[in-house]
Amino acid sequence: MTQILFKNIDMKGLTSIDVYEKQGGYQSLKKAFAKKPEEIVEMVKASGLRGRGGAGFPAGLKWSFLAKDVFPRYLACNADESEPGTCKDRELLEKTPHLLIEGIIVTCFACRIETGYIYYRGEFQHASDLMDKAIEEAHKKGYLGKNIMGSGLDLDLYTHLGAGAYICGEESALLNSLEGRRGEPRLKPPFPAVEGLYGKPTVINNVETLCVVPWIINEGAEKHAALGTEKSKGTKLVSVSGHVKKPGNYEIVLGTPTSELIFNLAGGIRGDNKLKAFIPGGSSANILTADKVDVPYDYEAIAEAGSMLGSGALIVMDHTVNIVEAALRMTYFYMHESCGKCTPCREGTRWMYQILSDIQDGKGSNKQIEKLEDICDNMSFKCFCALGDAAVAPVASSIMHFRSDYDELLKKMEGDTVTA
Amino acid sequence: MFTFTQEDENKIEKIVEKYPVKLSALLPLLTLVQRREGYISPEAMQAIGKKLDVSPGYVQSVMSFYTMYHTEPTGKYIILFCHNISCQLNGADDLFAYTGQKLGVIGGGTTKDSKFTLHKEECLAACCGAPMMRVNDTFHENLTKEKIDQILDSLP
Repeated sequence: MTQILFKNIDMKGLTSIDVYEKQGGYQSLKKAFAKKPEEIVEMVKASGLRGRGGAGFPAGLKWSFLAKDVFPRYLACNADESEPGTCKDRELLEKTPHLLIEGIIVTCFACRIETGYIYYRGEFQHASDLMDKAIEEAHKKGYLGKNIMGSGLDLDLYTHLGAGAYICGEESALLNSLEGRRGEPRLKPPFPAVEGLYGKPTVINNVETLCVVPWIINEGAEKHAALGTEKSKGTKLVSVSGHVKKPGNYEIVLGTPTSELIFNLAGGIRGDNKLKAFIPGGSSANILTADKVDVPYDYEAIAEAGSMLGSGALIVMDHTVNIVEAALRMTYFYMHESCGKCTPCREGTRWMYQILSDIQDGKGSNKQIEKLEDICDNMSFKCFCALGDAAVAPVASSIMHFRSDYDELLKKMEGDTVTA
Repeated sequence: MFTFTQEDENKIEKIVEKYPVKLSALLPLLTLVQRREGYISPEAMQAIGKKLDVSPGYVQSVMSFYTMYHTEPTGKYIILFCHNISCQLNGADDLFAYTGQKLGVIGGGTTKDSKFTLHKEECLAACCGAPMMRVNDTFHENLTKEKIDQILDSLP
């Protein structure tokens, strides 16, 4: 199976620039600098590369939206990895920081950007320190700084640490945080490509997305476009966690059956238990039932199955799980992480948490499930940013597909009343 | 009274240089103080505000948004214990309770000897090594009771 990102991931010493160069690192720069910036944007468009952070928006197209002739422009790399179930960017950041730097250099050349920031979640201090060292090495070799390899590109790259807020993974909230503000999302439009960091045109891409760019330059857009399905091109890192025997990050070609990930790569369900449910794309994606396990792992097929690929976090649950308990835990998360800026999200997440707690504690009723559905309806597409919709996913999908788990808890309560 | 040391001043100079707008240095400065002092006092907020030409109130408003900044002194080791979905599925609740009991801070908090601060935490991006905890800057994955004992007992 083709490996774009993980081919050499476990190579010893890969974090050092010498080892990285020996296995072909920084080779894409020469090829990229021989082209015009616009040609690279077209190349990435033709490759079909889509944003790997969650939304799956075509990367080249995003770059082409940059406000024309407005400078300076900025790049913000989203290394805020906080979607529950997702840990793939951390592996890239910790094991191959130079790959990200290389991807950023090419992207900045293509988009005529002279300053880049990598926004790490605050808990990634160790990875950020590692990157600082890698940036220093790259500077010494002339890959960063003034007139890089005679290309005319000046580029400074810096790390920036957040301090614990899931919402800062949302691109406009990330920009606010980077500007020294509360990490609340901004109203869109204007989109960051027009008015982003410090009000200037800004490219924001996820770590994994940027790491794919050097491969596209080296191997060609056609080779990337030949991988995967009609609309989902290339490979994807998938974090498989939960009740599997071999949890881990696996790189698959998009369109590979989900069952291949769960039963082959991740070794199947622990204790040879039965698969009950899985979430294909992090806690913000709808929970799916076991009968959907053969769904091809790509953007379109998962959407058709009623969920989303998201950040590529496959959370697996066996038959011992009561889905209400899982939904309760994820709802607690969204309540905790809601920034409080808009009412439906701030109040809705708390309300859903209270009701789910009641149901879990055996104090629920059918009426409360109707109320949950009503709250979901009042939050969907009505919140300021996508966090509200994300919070709805575990609740709405658990009611839709696992109503019997709710009924079990309600029945238990009825039983208790009779005994009392 | 809180003051920046000369070493701080040097670091701050380098931090501020990274950004075209000074205010961007706010989170890095808060982190600098948090890491050294274990918390951010009102005096520190004032000093940071002065450096960046914003009011202490503004500093407080921003820092209160982020969970990693503390307004009360914390222990020498801050333990962030993940309880989110992948860790929960792998027994994090029991292990968190065990850790709280072991340290005498049930449900989380700072130990009497100020050695540990235990916090229930949201997803820390180590889901494939669940259950996990972060002790200061180090991630510890695939936890068991024995492993927790070993890690915490070995800390000076």
